Amino acid sequence: MKAFLMYRDRDFDLNRVLPWNERALTQDLELDTLFGGMARGDKFLFDVAKAAVLCGLENDSETIAYRQNILWDCLRNPAVARSIYDVAVAAIEGEKGSYWSFFGSKYPGGILHRAIEALQMFVTMLKKLKDIADEHAGKFESKGFQNFFAMLRRELDPAYFARIDEHLKELKFRDGILISAELGKGNKGAGYVLRKTPAQKRNLIDRVFGPKPPGYTFHLHPRDESGAKALSTLKDKGLNLAANALAQSGDHILSFFNMLRTELAFYLGCVNLQEQLSKKGEPTSFPAPSSEPMLAFAGLYDVCLSLKTAQRIVGNDINADGKELVIITGANQGGKSTFLRSIGLAQMMMQAGMFVSAQSFQSELCDRLFTHYKREEDVTMRSGKFDEELGRMSEIVDHVTPSSMILFNESFAATNEREGSEIAKQIVTALLQRHVRIFFVTHLYEFAHGLCAMRMGNAIFLRAERRPDGARTFRLVEGEPLQTSYGKDLYDAIFTGRDRPRSEYTAPMRGRR
Amino acid sequence: MSFQSILFEHPEQELRGKAVGEPDFFADLNLGQVVDAICAGREEYDLKPFFYRSLSSVDAIGYRHEVMRDLENADVFAPVSAFTEKLRLMRAHLAQAEKLHYKFQKEAWFLDAVEIYCDAVYGFAQDLAAAAPASRGFGALCGYFGAYVAAPSFTSLSAETKRIKADLARVKYCVLIRGPSVTVRKYESEPDYSKDVEETFARFNESAVKDYRVEFSEWPDMNHIEAQILEFVALLYPEIFSNLDAYCAKNRNYLDATVAVFDREVQFYLAYLEHLAVFKRAGLQFCYPEVSERKDIYSSETFDLALAHKLVAESRPVVCNDFYLKGRERIFAVSGPNQGGKTTFARTFGQLHYLASLGCPVPGKEARLFLFDRMFTHFEREENIANLHGKLQDDLIRIHDILDWATPKTILIMNEIFTSTTLQDAIFLSEKILERILELDLLCVWVTFIDEVAGYGEQVVSMVSSTDPRNPASRTFKVVRRPADGLAHAMAIAEKYGLTYDRLKERLRT
Repeated sequence: MKAFLMYRDRDFDLNRVLPWNERALTQDLELDTLFGGMARGDKFLFDVAKAAVLCGLENDSETIAYRQNILWDCLRNPAVARSIYDVAVAAIEGEKGSYWSFFGSKYPGGILHRAIEALQMFVTMLKKLKDIADEHAGKFESKGFQNFFAMLRRELDPAYFARIDEHLKELKFRDGILISAELGKGNKGAGYVLRKTPAQKRNLIDRVFGPKPPGYTFHLHPRDESGAKALSTLKDKGLNLAANALAQSGDHILSFFNMLRTELAFYLGCVNLQEQLSKKGEPTSFPAPSSEPMLAFAGLYDVCLSLKTAQRIVGNDINADGKELVIITGANQGGKSTFLRSIGLAQMMMQAGMFVSAQSFQSELCDRLFTHYKREEDVTMRSGKFDEELGRMSEIVDHVTPSSMILFNESFAATNEREGSEIAKQIVTALLQRHVRIFFVTHLYEFAHGLCAMRMGNAIFLRAERRPDGARTFRLVEGEPLQTSYGKDLYDAIFTGRDRPRSEYTAPMRGRR
Repeated sequence: MSFQSILFEHPEQELRGKAVGEPDFFADLNLGQVVDAICAGREEYDLKPFFYRSLSSVDAIGYRHEVMRDLENADVFAPVSAFTEKLRLMRAHLAQAEKLHYKFQKEAWFLDAVEIYCDAVYGFAQDLAAAAPASRGFGALCGYFGAYVAAPSFTSLSAETKRIKADLARVKYCVLIRGPSVTVRKYESEPDYSKDVEETFARFNESAVKDYRVEFSEWPDMNHIEAQILEFVALLYPEIFSNLDAYCAKNRNYLDATVAVFDREVQFYLAYLEHLAVFKRAGLQFCYPEVSERKDIYSSETFDLALAHKLVAESRPVVCNDFYLKGRERIFAVSGPNQGGKTTFARTFGQLHYLASLGCPVPGKEARLFLFDRMFTHFEREENIANLHGKLQDDLIRIHDILDWATPKTILIMNEIFTSTTLQDAIFLSEKILERILELDLLCVWVTFIDEVAGYGEQVVSMVSSTDPRNPASRTFKVVRRPADGLAHAMAIAEKYGLTYDRLKERLRT
């Protein structure tokens, strides 16, 4: 029994190893805000969102489409999706309450006893699931949900459960336990096998008058405690396999419920997120993943910023189809970092199978996503800041693939402009030759200008828009790098703020549409 | 050719009049650590005495080289290793049989011990012959084992053991437990109930992860319930158990003395090779040195085995060194910055010669080493309460004694002596000692801060511990013939991280 709601043919592994740069991604793209928006205070939803988004880069376009369709079903039937989720949670909680006898987990006798209890509770929960399936299956169109409901109807037939009941009775052994054995190492008994007792086969007359097999009998003395213990160990050896089979069955059903809960948690997180965004009137759409070098979007905004702000966020429209290098320059506080983050977030959400925060979004799939952001402090103590920056870059190079995407935010600026530009140029040139997609926010004029002068067909240059009066629109427009990043503006704003319309700076993240 | 020992072709010559204690220089050269590491896990064989006796002839060293080379061939090594492992197992069985109380149990463990022995000896004889070893040692051993396994005493022991094992394996019985009553009888094809249960629940068992089968801690001994059941089983199968009794009484002294001695002695080689394997995996090399009475010795890419053991365990790189003496050169005068590998160099030189004298491969790519008669070391000890005068006096007395004992075949290793006097005194004393050493024509490593020693004359070679030219602060632990040449150049940090265009092109190539 499998839920298969995240992949067509396999389970979703909540505990899988996250990408090595998980911490950098989380920090630089503010992913915790995204996960928080999906979780709405539920820690489990948070964990699932985190695993699904961070590991999403491995998904192929088929998996993405599979999830998009299931998500579409959930967005239209949120109540049914939540009721299935609740059954799974109830089954999992019920199992936790099952009684473990004192030495239960160590002795087959105890394991058998507990497994029987758990199985009885699971049967009830499975029946509830089947009822939901019978009632609502027709409202779901995705392949994923259709397969799921069909599986429930197929597996849960009444005849099968009747047979299970029969065994549960027999496993109480009213006629004694019969165990066969051979001589093992040191002539100790070995190879214990539980056998059907003759009483289960022979009729009364045979039992009384029939030939008895020759045998020798002894009786345990009532006060022989160590003997009683030894005898119960012997019984346990016989029960070992049967107890294992029952306990594994319980596990399997439990793991089915766990998987169902985990996989649905991802979609419920998406539903939560969508509900919040649509309440604000922010647009969302299902993106179009591409295998070609494409990048085009309209109204793309930073979902994390939106979750933290009451107002709607300024979106950007860009067509960068066929471009592998996007250089972003321009005014401080002009929305460059926000733009960079919105690209990274949309890419990750798309690849996880989610909707994205844009009116439309089309992008090529990547198999790795890296962020290389300026870090505020040097954590290593030993190495200088520039040293540390290059150390992180080198790690990225160790992991980079031709279909990677790297987001640089003011990298290599910890040295003078000339050296920084030269190193940035060498790194970017080498990466481009491997067709790595690069988004680079920079103040290094020599670097940005140098690339621009090369007139490369696969590069596009964006600039944070600044009106002649110095005010920012928080939009990015196509444009060549300028020699100043208007740091003076910021200085003026902070030190002589009277000259400027103040509101532009006190709420720099706000935008209009 | 009759077989005596895998360690010596002529044991009586090599073992004559030699002490078996740890040599005096073991501590200074860290050879104690090396031998401890080599013998670790093989305490039962008492191998250390083998490592305390150096060999006195080139031929005796050759005998061991041949054996060692054979063992580096997997065709020889595998059967030897399997054989000794089995004998180890056999001894464990005999020890277990001793410990047990119930007769049928003791007998079963003894029976297994003999079975393991027969299997070990027979398999080894076959495999060793098939491997066609080249050494004198294994050649003779091969002949011995061939004859031993063909003898009737061995073949009948082997056959009898197999028969009794087969009889016991046929025994099958049932236990019916009903309340306090336990009945033992022969098994009569009652069907397997576990299988029935497993089949019914199979639908829910696909891809089961956790195994709920309980591992029962199996002590070799029995409780009284098991013993009672076994006694009933013996009543159900009386003939099989009386045969077992008779077998055990008859074969008490089955173990061959020569086989047992070989099992111990071959551990000398196995222990050493096993120790080397650790270093080889880390990319370090070993070679069979040419051992002779020539003093134009050399070694390339060699290292301190004790230090390397620590470094490899911590996955840190090991720095290798080269050295050679040519013509009339006799003395290495080692100087340079502290912590630069001077002492390590001196130890390496001593270790190499000692290990070579045991007939072992030595660290390095290739080597020609000197067959010494005695080796002396004089390392500075940590200062204790003795005053400066006392320490200098101790130094001089010790060196005087050494020079009294030394012959032209002696190796002398000195580390920072005369540190406890004025420089002028030190220079004076050093020159005096140097004259004596040259007169005796000793091979010598002398770690010293006194430049005059290094520049004394053509017999003295100056070696300097060097620093990384790119980073003078870091030590390379390389000791080289030439003096260190100048200061470091700061490398571009990008180059250090492999982030220049050229390096990136290289790194990004898949």
